[in-house]
Amino acid sequence: MSKVKTPKPNFVSTTNACKLCTPLGASMAFRGVEGAIPFLHGSQGCATYMRRYIISHFREPVDIASSALGEKNAIYGGGPNLKKGILNVMKKYEPQVIGVATTCLTETIGDDVPMNLKEFRDEFGDLDLPELVEVSTPSYSGTHTDGWHGAVRSLVEQLCTAKVPETGRVSILPNMVSCEDVRHLFDICRDFGIPATILPDISETLDGPALEDYVKIPSGGTPVSEIREMSGAKATIEFGRCLPKQTGGTSLEKRFGVTNHRIGLPMGLRESDALFETLESVSGNPVPRRFELERGRLIDAYVDGHKYVFGKRAVVYGEEDLVVGLCAFLAEIGVDVVLAGTGARGKGLEAAISRVTDGVARMAPEVREAVDFHDIAAEAESLKPDLLIGHSKGYRYAEAWGVPLVRVGFPVHDRFGGQRILTLGYKGALNLFDRVVNAVIEKKQADSSVGYGYI
Amino acid sequence: MSTILEERKDQIHLSGEGAIDMACNRESLAGAVSQRACVFCGSRVVLYPIADALHLVHGPIGCAVYTWDIRGALSSGPELHRLSFSTDLQETDVIFGGEKKLEAALDELIDRHSPKAAFVYSTCIVGIIGDDLEAVCRKMSEKKGIPVLPVQSEGFKGSKREGYLAACKAMFKLIGNGDVSDISPLSINIFGDFNLAGEIWIIREYFEKMGVQVVANVTGDGRVADIQRCHGAALNLVQCSGATLDLAKMMEEEFGIPYERVSYLGIEDMADSLYKVADFFKDKDPGILERTQKLVKEELQVLMPELARYRKDLEGKKVAMYVGGSFKAFSLVKAFRHLGMKVVLVGSQTGTREDYAELEQITDPGTVIIDDANPLELSHFIKEKDVDVFVGGVKERPIAFKLGVGFCDHNHERKEALEGFVGMLNFAREIHASAMSPVWQFVPRRAGRMTEEKKEAVNE
Repeated sequence: MSKVKTPKPNFVSTTNACKLCTPLGASMAFRGVEGAIPFLHGSQGCATYMRRYIISHFREPVDIASSALGEKNAIYGGGPNLKKGILNVMKKYEPQVIGVATTCLTETIGDDVPMNLKEFRDEFGDLDLPELVEVSTPSYSGTHTDGWHGAVRSLVEQLCTAKVPETGRVSILPNMVSCEDVRHLFDICRDFGIPATILPDISETLDGPALEDYVKIPSGGTPVSEIREMSGAKATIEFGRCLPKQTGGTSLEKRFGVTNHRIGLPMGLRESDALFETLESVSGNPVPRRFELERGRLIDAYVDGHKYVFGKRAVVYGEEDLVVGLCAFLAEIGVDVVLAGTGARGKGLEAAISRVTDGVARMAPEVREAVDFHDIAAEAESLKPDLLIGHSKGYRYAEAWGVPLVRVGFPVHDRFGGQRILTLGYKGALNLFDRVVNAVIEKKQADSSVGYGYI
Repeated sequence: MSTILEERKDQIHLSGEGAIDMACNRESLAGAVSQRACVFCGSRVVLYPIADALHLVHGPIGCAVYTWDIRGALSSGPELHRLSFSTDLQETDVIFGGEKKLEAALDELIDRHSPKAAFVYSTCIVGIIGDDLEAVCRKMSEKKGIPVLPVQSEGFKGSKREGYLAACKAMFKLIGNGDVSDISPLSINIFGDFNLAGEIWIIREYFEKMGVQVVANVTGDGRVADIQRCHGAALNLVQCSGATLDLAKMMEEEFGIPYERVSYLGIEDMADSLYKVADFFKDKDPGILERTQKLVKEELQVLMPELARYRKDLEGKKVAMYVGGSFKAFSLVKAFRHLGMKVVLVGSQTGTREDYAELEQITDPGTVIIDDANPLELSHFIKEKDVDVFVGGVKERPIAFKLGVGFCDHNHERKEALEGFVGMLNFAREIHASAMSPVWQFVPRRAGRMTEEKKEAVNE
């Protein structure tokens, strides 16, 4: 495979980051647990900023508590505020779970959160305490995806502590996907006859219905009882080819012998096939006809639309596993990914892309870890992309280059319905394909002096 | 009531029920899910719109990302402020100190963008690891020949209010360095307006029609050179509760420039503000009063009939507002009166004792006044008061929508110009669209009631 060669930029400063901080990912993951409220141990601004950021995408109330540390706490330690904050959250929200994530402030002043929580349990053991799950998320280390995976692992390790008898369930750790994706995964499992535990399950908690009253904590989310019983599941399936070595899935395998199937994000035909094959083997049931049809429709669409997109050059960016999934999909439809970028570093992105595009990609993309949009722009100008695929933050660049932006992932701040973008499975691939083809057609139409009514 | 924590009870007051003695200006309560941000946020809000300056956030990536171009502050020229710069501190920087990285980042960014000045914001972690921001900035100022200004905005060192002060201190260092020889005796600086959706352009036009020169916008559509010579103006106009009030006070002390507090929101406050300026300059230019009257009259002739149309639909509807600074709430209370609407809740993130006392004066009995509220309290009162429209920022929007209540964004992120006379019309239009949409008929909380109302109407 040929490879585009461009000099790698090496800037000290970051301009328009292509990543978010670790506690944000943890907060989002905690939001996918039933009865849970995320709690950031740090100054008030962190919680407020992240709430605002998440709200813009999901358009749902997102309550994140904070220990609201002031100067004194920063000097003498934040433990007392953490405890007081937990008590207040208990009083007001009556949560089943409080997910405590640290911030750069509390990590640096050296607050020992596990110890604080232990003290809290000892001190207030007479109260009806919620589950307290903690995760260390220093924001100067890693990105929001690390925060997400860390929180998932903490949930599994701190709530699922004993081996239970076989439940017949399958656990899915789906990675950072949309609410619609999670709903689709439930559908798939149901049709396979598999009772599934999806952790986290943001399908309701971050995309809730209109209700009679304002609820303190939205319904839905992975039930704590199901998390506890993940030790008795038939198998764990976790999505991601750039996951940390230690995850919720590996932890369950190591501690309780639950087989962990690590597959990629099921995006595009082949990566979705991998999911359906895994489900077949885990359940012992054949792929339901519905999905055979979906698969057939996807290939039919690939054929119908191939000429619109063949040889188009795409720049792809975002969370590492989303980028891998998009590369897998784009390679299948003949789109050349010229640059694949992620804000994360050390995730094995290049190897993962090479693996999922093997045999179909016409070229290997420039792969960039730890990039910001300035880096992407510095390279992409010479790469002359026809389209950008990623979250909203690439909008400025797409506009400057006069190419379409196909919005996928998080955050989608400048379009409506980001939480309902489906990317997983054959159906998700079809949705993506329609959107990519139509983006190309729209561009052609917009640029045309003739104004084709049939394309 | 269980929604309100014991420790927060003295931050809530009902108008007309005894003397108001609000506890405010205190740290947010841990675990209360305050709507407030932090010191860094306060500084960023104020300085961000200076469009030809470099704004570098010294810290881990989050603080810079969450403030990347989230405001609606427009520029008529350079747009450097809309980029998000960070030193993206990593673990090794935290261990060994981030000064070198900061220096290198400034070196690189100043060369790349040739800004007229650079603001360097400290974040929580910088305060903890003790990087000497002052020293780095001083060194880079000398090296690059532009002002490089530290903004001491460590998030945990108070609330948004302390951030305003940090921003004012940084800006004050710029003032006094520019040539003021060509400035008119009839001249002002516009403080505390951030040119959201181009609002400052509306206001500047009014002043120009009055024959008043605007020297500097501080900070909407702001330029470093303008701020450097803004001590040449005869008067400072300060809008907003306090974002730039400290700067005005510093200028009064140092340069003897008086200031007036103004508001460009709503009819009376807009007109009053213009008249205040006319009054201030009437000795220097007696014709200014007449020009101002003419301007106001012309604007109102266009505005009033249009407003009346909206008022017909909105009459009697109930409104709640939760704003950052409470000064804006004064104007909004009056603006809603023009629409025939009844204000039943007013809250603010950072109001002072005096602000709340004034709110109690201008609101109807029974109005809830609240300091540093949170989602549960807000949703409780929205329901209890049966509100039709809620005014707030993006974080408040889903609270209103989940309760089936119309919402108007009146915060830094708004993309609709709401200031000036034309802004009042936009405001009325938006409130109308928020309250009158048929979608509320389908919201579960209201659907039943609407059916009941229809039945009653038929029976009558």
